[in-house]
Amino acid sequence: MARFSDTNLSIAHDIISRYPRPKSALIPLLHLAQEQDGWVTDDAMRHIAELTGTTPAEVKGTGSFYEMFKFHPVGKYMVNVCTNLSCQLLGGEELLDHAEQTLGVKAGGTTADGMFTLEDVECIAACTEAPCLQVNYRYKLRISHGEFDAMIADLRSGKSTDIPEHGTLAQTRQAIPADRGAGIVAPELARDAPVWLARNDVADGGDSKADA
Amino acid sequence: MPTHAYVPHAPGYVDNDGPKIVTSRFPHEDSFTLARAEATGAYDGLRAALDKKPADVHGEVREATVLGRGGAGFPAGVKWGFMPPGKFPYYLVVNGDESEPGTYKDRLLMERDPHQLIEGCLIACYALGLAQCFLYVRGEMALAQERIAQALNDAYAKGYVGKNIMGTEFSVDITLTWGAGAYIVGEETALIESLEGNRGMPRLKPPYFPAAIGLYGQPTIVNNVETLANLPWLMLNGAAQYKTYGSEASPGTRLVAVSGHVQRPGVYEIEQGVTTFRDLFYGDNFCQGIREGHELKMFVPGGGSAPWFFPEQVDLPLEAKDVGAAGSMLGSGAIIVMDETTDAVKAALRLVRFYARESCGKCTPCREGTTWEERVLQRILDGEGRPSDIDMLLDIADNISPGPYPNAADPAQGLDAVPFPPKQTTICPLGPSSVAPITSTIRRFRHEYEAKITKRDSIPVSAAPVMARAMEGES
Repeated sequence: MARFSDTNLSIAHDIISRYPRPKSALIPLLHLAQEQDGWVTDDAMRHIAELTGTTPAEVKGTGSFYEMFKFHPVGKYMVNVCTNLSCQLLGGEELLDHAEQTLGVKAGGTTADGMFTLEDVECIAACTEAPCLQVNYRYKLRISHGEFDAMIADLRSGKSTDIPEHGTLAQTRQAIPADRGAGIVAPELARDAPVWLARNDVADGGDSKADA
Repeated sequence: MPTHAYVPHAPGYVDNDGPKIVTSRFPHEDSFTLARAEATGAYDGLRAALDKKPADVHGEVREATVLGRGGAGFPAGVKWGFMPPGKFPYYLVVNGDESEPGTYKDRLLMERDPHQLIEGCLIACYALGLAQCFLYVRGEMALAQERIAQALNDAYAKGYVGKNIMGTEFSVDITLTWGAGAYIVGEETALIESLEGNRGMPRLKPPYFPAAIGLYGQPTIVNNVETLANLPWLMLNGAAQYKTYGSEASPGTRLVAVSGHVQRPGVYEIEQGVTTFRDLFYGDNFCQGIREGHELKMFVPGGGSAPWFFPEQVDLPLEAKDVGAAGSMLGSGAIIVMDETTDAVKAALRLVRFYARESCGKCTPCREGTTWEERVLQRILDGEGRPSDIDMLLDIADNISPGPYPNAADPAQGLDAVPFPPKQTTICPLGPSSVAPITSTIRRFRHEYEAKITKRDSIPVSAAPVMARAMEGES
């Protein structure tokens, strides 16, 4: 466990190829590791360090800055309740209290059956639809206490199929096709002006960028 | 649709009869698909741009005065001009890391019309000779990431992105990348750090702005999603047409998200400098009034960082110049409306807690100051406040964002010491942002603070812990 599977390893190489420098792929690779195991393991961080030519400490140093990466096991569903100002004005804090009661855990905790991790999060950009929450980063908007309970019951019984598992962030990944790609190169290797910029010089007879 | 299902089409946008520059495709249910986008004129703007010389495209953007919509409101064309000539490659980084409290517009633009954004990126890349574009989307916005990934794949397949776009020599790669939950990454230099694989901490500027030394040390343009989304329309209709909307200082439209205690909260496309806050809050076309039976107490005019406004300022137009003169800013177009039931101290604490949590910790005044502000406010709300706490809050605020302020607003408006533009002891404006809710509410609602603090005076100081222990013993 924990190192990338063969499929994920090829995805990882593909991700690295989309950046001029491999270190830039750290965050997407940490997401990939989290998708594979549900959380970011030490082995995964060592593997990412190997792939990107960094050290495990650098990987952890970057990863630990960001809230979405979990370095310990979490529930199958992350329930993130927003309590920031717009939501607070329309009952976000009450919703969080209600969620704590329904799930029987405090914010930050995971239920005993490992199904739900409850989090009290900052603004999730759905302010006009307050109070709102995200389940595995899928929005539930203007949610009442009754709707919250129904949602939890549905997720527990497996009736809801529209919420992907924790960590499955982008189901559709971007692929840059080899034949269509313009070619991503490190800055040291691409020092020339792009060819289409030469169009400036044809009519002006000078470098019109200089006065820009 | 079941009431608690994952929403396929992001709600929030409210259609009205104003001009539509960036939201013209929004009313369609399938506006994010390539088929619908092409049927409604997507990539025509790019085609029009490719017929011109790159310098002319840049000239058009400068002529139209497209203001940056990320918060600072700096003209995009001027920003583009800061790139040192000849230091190739240049990079374009699109800032889609939207997480300012109350802000909502970029997510809608990315979820509902990703092709418009891609087209905008391509126009900017063409005009400036940018080698590669990175679309940095906030980590939590899973749907936006999926829609953009799909749109990019479709655009690559059609030859709109990649090698020899539309049969010309113009070639650009657009890479979708996404963050992992850190508000500070919305600051442009922090975004670049994050994109280089580091902790998202801001860089010191000046002397070097990203336009001169940015991603991998190369000249880099960081533009907001909405700024770039304006470009396809501009290329098709021209700068003269663009300037017929809005005011002279702020042409065009902008998206604002009105949330909180209004009848019809939502994201609206409005004309800059023409629409006033009163139109927005009470107009039939917009929010249709404060919620039933209540009245306006205060509002945040431009995201969590902006000093607050009160009913006297409701007639100001949404124009950066006027709002700035009144001591606040339009920022990211997030307006949070609060009616008289709102506890000023509690509301201030909520925003301060946000900044305390999201401080990256690089600068001591912000790391320590925001945390102390949160603790003191929490103490006041818990009924444990001390009479000296109000001065202490102002003192901490002064350490993060020292006064007096050269551009202080007219004292008659009651915002005399509002720090705008903020002087700061920190590298980025996150720390000074935490000061705005505190100074705004203390100056206006000092009595609310005092009421909370003096209420506690009836209990002897030494009795509180004793009582708490006694109550614990009972249970």
